[in-house]
Amino acid sequence: MQTIQANLTYPKPWAGLVIGNEAVARAMIESGTRVITTYPGSPTPEIARTLDLVAPDHRDFYFEYSTNEKVALEVAAGAALNGHLSTVFFKSVGLNVASDSLIQLSMMELIGGLVVILGDDPGANSSQNEQDNRIWARMSYIPMVEPGTPTEAYHMYKEAAALASAQRGPVFLRLTTHVCHAREVVHFAALSGGGPDWTPRFDVGNGPYWPIAAEVFPLKRKALKKLQAVSDLAERSPLNEILAPHGSAPVGGKRLGVVSAGIPAYSVLENIDQAGAPVDLLKLGITYPLPRQKLLAFLEAHDEVVILEELERVVEGEVKALAFDHGVTCRIHARPDWDQVMGEFDPVRSYRLLSGIWPEAFAPRDFAEPSREVVPRPPQMCPGCGHRSAFHAVKKAIESDTITVADIGCHSLGSSPPYNLGEVLLSMGHSVSTGAGLAVKNDSRRVVAFLGDSTLFHAALPGIINAIIYNHDVTLVLLDNGTTAMTGHQARHGAGEVGGKIPIVGLLEALGVQKILDVDAYNQRKLIGYVQEANAHEGFAVVIARHPCMLKFTRESRKRRPDLKLPKITVSPDQAADAMPAMEQFGCPTFQRTDDDLVGVSEDLCIGCGSCIMTAAPGTLELQRPAPPSAPPEGPEGGDR
Amino acid sequence: MSVFNVYLTGVGGQGIGLLSGALGAAIVDAGLALRGCETHGLAQRGGVVVSHLRIGEGAFAPRVPPGQADLVVSLERLEALRGTVSNLRRGGRVIYYDAEYQPIAVRMGEARYPKADDIEAEVARKGGTVERVFDEGLSDPRMQNVALLGRVAALGAIDRITPERLEKAISASVPASLVDRNLEVYRRALGA
Repeated sequence: MQTIQANLTYPKPWAGLVIGNEAVARAMIESGTRVITTYPGSPTPEIARTLDLVAPDHRDFYFEYSTNEKVALEVAAGAALNGHLSTVFFKSVGLNVASDSLIQLSMMELIGGLVVILGDDPGANSSQNEQDNRIWARMSYIPMVEPGTPTEAYHMYKEAAALASAQRGPVFLRLTTHVCHAREVVHFAALSGGGPDWTPRFDVGNGPYWPIAAEVFPLKRKALKKLQAVSDLAERSPLNEILAPHGSAPVGGKRLGVVSAGIPAYSVLENIDQAGAPVDLLKLGITYPLPRQKLLAFLEAHDEVVILEELERVVEGEVKALAFDHGVTCRIHARPDWDQVMGEFDPVRSYRLLSGIWPEAFAPRDFAEPSREVVPRPPQMCPGCGHRSAFHAVKKAIESDTITVADIGCHSLGSSPPYNLGEVLLSMGHSVSTGAGLAVKNDSRRVVAFLGDSTLFHAALPGIINAIIYNHDVTLVLLDNGTTAMTGHQARHGAGEVGGKIPIVGLLEALGVQKILDVDAYNQRKLIGYVQEANAHEGFAVVIARHPCMLKFTRESRKRRPDLKLPKITVSPDQAADAMPAMEQFGCPTFQRTDDDLVGVSEDLCIGCGSCIMTAAPGTLELQRPAPPSAPPEGPEGGDR
Repeated sequence: MSVFNVYLTGVGGQGIGLLSGALGAAIVDAGLALRGCETHGLAQRGGVVVSHLRIGEGAFAPRVPPGQADLVVSLERLEALRGTVSNLRRGGRVIYYDAEYQPIAVRMGEARYPKADDIEAEVARKGGTVERVFDEGLSDPRMQNVALLGRVAALGAIDRITPERLEKAISASVPASLVDRNLEVYRRALGA
């Protein structure tokens, strides 16, 4: 069995066990996609990780981590205007950021073609909502294809790329979390051959590219005409297929059919297979525009049809309208309750739904319910995380009625116990401006906003400039770990891994921030003082709590020196009770409660960073150096600047 | 069509990737149909990480449905309990490495960390069997996954996943410089 690591750019056909995201990356290589951009976000970051397997000087494609999703989309669209087949990918909510430019794209002749890959997240596995981006396809007139497995993701990317090139426009490939992370053997084809042609082919004669006021209408007309052509294609496409693993036959005198797409379609297939039911499934691969004639024929061939989709009632609404317009007598069932527009449809949930509607085809079954509660295990900051040190200090520094505003990143975890800091969360980079609103005409309660360094560059700068201009009375605690940690340590802009460094202090000074305090987050005493000082300052102030991501740093150190022995923290036996704050308030996972309700240390977890020492009484916690002595993992930029 | 569902679970950072990667490769090597999925919510960061392996032509959806795992393999005690409660089928089997990583509620004194008895009681209630794995001589906790794989192979917990087949998959899954150390742990677990 071959691996994607060894075979991503292998020119001949091969097969391997891969996840959906890896299959999509190979599809890009096979399709000759030339310009690829992203801003990292779950569930798609493994596409980037896979593309990064190709060394930059061996790439037949250009790939960048852009500052945010809108920038990424614009770079990809610009390249498509120049004639290069391009692709941008990001998380579901990334589309909100990108939307301001995206909404124009169907009116443009993108002569190279553009595939926009969405990592939608039904079930909100890693997102702040579970928005249904199928609706965006309808608003932007952009065709959409939806795979349900890694194999389909691979084939449908190639279909989407071919369609985008032929249409000279954008096409959505809508992945969902468990398509991105599903794993199976995928059979890949040969590379298409031919090196890149980087000739810039932008020609305004292909346009116009200028949609303002009355100029909009000829362009919109063109977009709608293109959509009609895709609609005709959807009628013929094998991506919209009827499956019947147990054949078609009436059940209780009724011919039954299901319409579904993506993973829910596979849940239904599993149900049909297990029940041995002669029910037809119309599995939609192109979900915008829908194949109206094919759907109509399916309705007319059945007495009853269930529309089973995840999230919004998108297909349901359009199919019901179609049936109404054509006076179809087929009875159309759909999800009965509002709570069914939430979450994913695994085979148990889809079976329950089908069995509730057609017990004669799907005999009622008892599904086991969990018998007891189990202590939850929420995600947490890693041992050595500078954010933990920062939250611990901020907690000590602020009043109990201070309003704290969270943002997106590893530091979102500050909202959980034992810190409970970050009480409101909207989106990437919102914290300063939401905090500004909370501070308006508010003379009694302080406002503290948190922000990460990647998010600073992503979307926070306009809010910061606004806070400076109006001198909003907010303390920004900027948690700088030098990387995009949450999604897997992608290079962060300005950190020096790509391009030059952008000094954050210099940037804030240049923007006109009056008060900037900068400290290593491990330095508790100084950080507490700085937060208090910033809170005493009238107007916008910034405290930078800085420490390199220790997960990244420790991993890299171990890679360089596999035999690396780290120091370990020890609890002084006669002062074990004094160590309690380190476990209960500082909350490093290294500290584990012993059977005697004392503080123990997990040697598996401790990285010997010493960040806890200042959080307990002096002499309680000490670092035990390994023998033979080895340097503690000083951060690459450790210590105060 | 039949399906054999394997539910792998543990804590972020414990090396569940190697566990599912090696098992997946061995399953494919044995000529079995495989559909799987990783689930790890907000990246990993010490949260629960689950990997689903579904063997057989009857597996269409990528995740093991609740209460339908024939085999639960866990790298950690609390997660063994959670996996048993949520996903073990009646009469299924649990194999877990007895590592302890307390969640915050336990560290703050608000909840109790489970004992081996809790898992046994829950497995017994479902009419299943359980095996606890622990290697006293393990020098590096990052090899707990390999010790666990040794027991999975030794018990023949997955049809056609023989010790030899799994050893080959492990060798191909770990960096070349670490193969010997990992195989030493694996073989010790095989004979345990």
